[in-house]
Amino acid sequence: MSIPIAMTVNGKAVAADIDPRTLLVDFLRTNLGLTGTHVGCDTAQCGACTVHMNGRAIKACNVLALQAQGATILTIEGLAPDGTMHPMQAAFKDCHGLQCGFCTPGMVMSALDLVNRHPQADEATIREQLEGNLCRCTGYHNIVKAVQQGAAAMAK
Amino acid sequence: MGANETGIIGQSVKRKEDARFLTGAGQYTDDVTLQNQTHAYFLRSPHAHAKIRAIDTSKARAAPGVIAVYTGADLEGVNGLPCGWLITSVDGTPMNEPPHPVLAKGKVRYVGDHVAMVVAETRSQAKDAAELIEVDYDVLPAVVNPVDALKPGAPQIHDEAPGNRCYTWSLGDKAAVDAAFAKAAHVTRLDLVNNRLIPNAIEPRAAVASYNRAEDAYTLYVTSQNPHVERLLMTAFVLGLPEHKVRVIAPDVGGGFGSKIYLYAEETAMVWASKRVNRPIKWAAERSESFVSDAHGRDHVTHAELALDKDGKFLAMRVQTTAAMGAYLSTFASCIPTILYATLLAGQYTTPAIHCEVTAAFTNTAPVDAYRGAGRPEATYVVERIVREAGVETGIAQDEIRRRNFIRSFPYQTPVALMYDIGDYDQTLAGATELADVKGFAARKAEAAKRGKLRGLGYASYIEACGLAPSNVAGALGARAGLFEAGQVRVHPTGSVTVFTGSHSHGQGHETTFAQIVAGRLGIPVDNVDIVHGDTGRVLFGMGTYGSRSLAVGGTAIVKALDKVVAKGKKIAAHLLEAAEADIEFEDGKFTVAGTDRSKTFAEIALTAYVPHNYPLDKLEPGLDETAFYDPTNFTYPAGTHICEVEVDPDTGVVQVVNFSACDDFGNIINPMIVEGQVHGGLAQGIGQALLENCVYDADSGQLLTGSYMDYAMPRADDLPSFKVTTRVTPCTHNPLGAKGCGEAGAIGSPAALMNAVLDALAPLGVRHLDMPASPHRVWQAIQSAKAAA
Repeated sequence: MSIPIAMTVNGKAVAADIDPRTLLVDFLRTNLGLTGTHVGCDTAQCGACTVHMNGRAIKACNVLALQAQGATILTIEGLAPDGTMHPMQAAFKDCHGLQCGFCTPGMVMSALDLVNRHPQADEATIREQLEGNLCRCTGYHNIVKAVQQGAAAMAK
Repeated sequence: MGANETGIIGQSVKRKEDARFLTGAGQYTDDVTLQNQTHAYFLRSPHAHAKIRAIDTSKARAAPGVIAVYTGADLEGVNGLPCGWLITSVDGTPMNEPPHPVLAKGKVRYVGDHVAMVVAETRSQAKDAAELIEVDYDVLPAVVNPVDALKPGAPQIHDEAPGNRCYTWSLGDKAAVDAAFAKAAHVTRLDLVNNRLIPNAIEPRAAVASYNRAEDAYTLYVTSQNPHVERLLMTAFVLGLPEHKVRVIAPDVGGGFGSKIYLYAEETAMVWASKRVNRPIKWAAERSESFVSDAHGRDHVTHAELALDKDGKFLAMRVQTTAAMGAYLSTFASCIPTILYATLLAGQYTTPAIHCEVTAAFTNTAPVDAYRGAGRPEATYVVERIVREAGVETGIAQDEIRRRNFIRSFPYQTPVALMYDIGDYDQTLAGATELADVKGFAARKAEAAKRGKLRGLGYASYIEACGLAPSNVAGALGARAGLFEAGQVRVHPTGSVTVFTGSHSHGQGHETTFAQIVAGRLGIPVDNVDIVHGDTGRVLFGMGTYGSRSLAVGGTAIVKALDKVVAKGKKIAAHLLEAAEADIEFEDGKFTVAGTDRSKTFAEIALTAYVPHNYPLDKLEPGLDETAFYDPTNFTYPAGTHICEVEVDPDTGVVQVVNFSACDDFGNIINPMIVEGQVHGGLAQGIGQALLENCVYDADSGQLLTGSYMDYAMPRADDLPSFKVTTRVTPCTHNPLGAKGCGEAGAIGSPAALMNAVLDALAPLGVRHLDMPASPHRVWQAIQSAKAAA
């Protein structure tokens, strides 16, 4: 059985017929080839699959593609459409807020959501708000710095 | 090396690899999709120990989309997975090496053991079909703790390992140790458990295997830290394939920490099956599979004794350790609690006599192998915990007891085989003391006490041995592999450079650090240098990345290749400039006739090498592409002091790390930003071990109780402080970079520093001992027990 689905991903209308049990993350990765969104745990605990759905950060491994019917999705690939890094991406590079890069797309998407909700976040708030994103490489030290720097750059 | 003049060595150059990772353009194994690919799913044992009476795969074979189902019986001619290090027992017998089948044969030995592989059109179909496989198990009693496994009457896991013993091995002069203990003024004794950890790289293991009929050749994409070793082991030892017919590609790899060094069953079975189904096969572990089947780390039970004279000088140390191997010997399992553990028990101290005996036991758990630090964190934990205890017992301050015993004369031959080339432990202790504001601690402690909180300060002065070497010495100790590294510097006609390195980056930033080395030496922009790694089809050979060896060994191989490039460039320049070769100097990207302004740029020499019109063809080959292999003459010895400050809430047992300071000596540093990042990550893993992480198997059923992120406490952003890190430098004496390695130090020093801080905080309550992790539950229990005993 397949079911038609349509949504807007990174500003483009997309449509497909899918197995109803398809997860949003698999739809993005397999059907659309947007492999920047990663699967780290498939149980909504590591945050590597974080994307924005209708402007809010969600974990795409825990959402059926059908739940995104008609939604507007933003993935890491949609952040720098013209090749110029988003200020948050640039801050992660500048602060060495990534090492292996696997958690990074989800971390950046969570950071943007965090800044949207807490534009003036202090270190404690940032650490608390990143609780849903695991990183095994950086010890979070430079991620926290990057989010602070990215938030400041976005405020300009 | 003449590179510092150009200024790029020692600079925090922003990473070249970041752009692709930040824009979603990274290419990890699970991102690889091959035309016509199928999907694999592995049926795993639900039991810790069971005989397999029968397996019926008929329903699975008939399920929708299924292409093939394989069990151990189908893998005819496929050997078991090998162990890369032979340890010889005290009695002269080789370690017991039971078979490690790719798919279980007759018996399963841990929850997660591989029983069958289903290949289907989709991943869901493969998984659905696996549920239809009927396995008739005869469940046997299981044993998960290494000490229990060695007791008489314990369930016997392998026929080839009586009493579940893999080996009993020792190092050091027992008689000298016994004599020193006999005259000791004081003896400190300590029992410790080094908790089992699950590595948890955020990228789960994955593989894509394919077979090309036209070339009769295989390609394997795999999450590996060392693709050449993976290929060598898989072809020569397990599958019997010609090595040159298998290409192993480890593309972007999402963290390793040791867990991706090894040859695993999954990719081995997939390569074998890819020819049989004649289509590519893809597999990516779900996180729950990673928990049960990635090689775990640590899992030691240790009794240690330290003998001191009346002045607090260490006279001798005696250590007995029982180490878990898990159900099978993983690729380097046997050398971790021996060669990489007992040899580090001198620490930074002049302890003249040390004896260590290690018994390795099989258990009904996932295999145990190297995890960030690999033996050295376990050794540091023993040394630094017992040094703290000795200080407390003798009334000598924590910094003073360390200082009183520091090694100050180099090279220094330890009583446990290693020869430290250089270090300055006073310097790093002083640096950490300053960073941690130890002077202000008393005031902070008093302030915390007013709030009803307990503050504690803990020290760990660690040493590690990195860049395992040389090959011949390691071979004499049982290594079944070489320990060199290879590097190739290919200069293109226009003067840009591609470097092929046998090291592998899975977060360490080689593409930047190695490019800095090349740019610094050749005087060209970093952007003109690309680093290629992780592909046996492009890189000549390599031993990969583990043990903080990449810069000290892999980087040095590149330096040696650069020396050859420069030497050949001088010959070409001498010809063009009509000068003697000995008169040509190379600096800042220019070949100059000494004492003149006559020169040729590096790019001009490169072009001449490939367009050899005016060229000494009778004496010199065209081209500029040089290769070097480097086998180090010794380990490198990074060292430092970590100081941890904690605040404990005595009502809840919650430990908060309020301050963590690390002063490390990694020798010369190429990119300080990257080095600091490595330290941060290591600290997070070490603090994770000491505060949060603990792998627990049920003692009766052998079920993994911590098999998800809901049960296994990974460090999250709000569990950790910002770190204070700094470095001091004594350059390594035996490699041209003067580099020692920095990847593991954070995880080596921090567990002992943290536990010592917690014990310091709890001392006023009468708590004398605590094992990791210092979870609220354990700390609270220790406080209650101490109260009850008072």
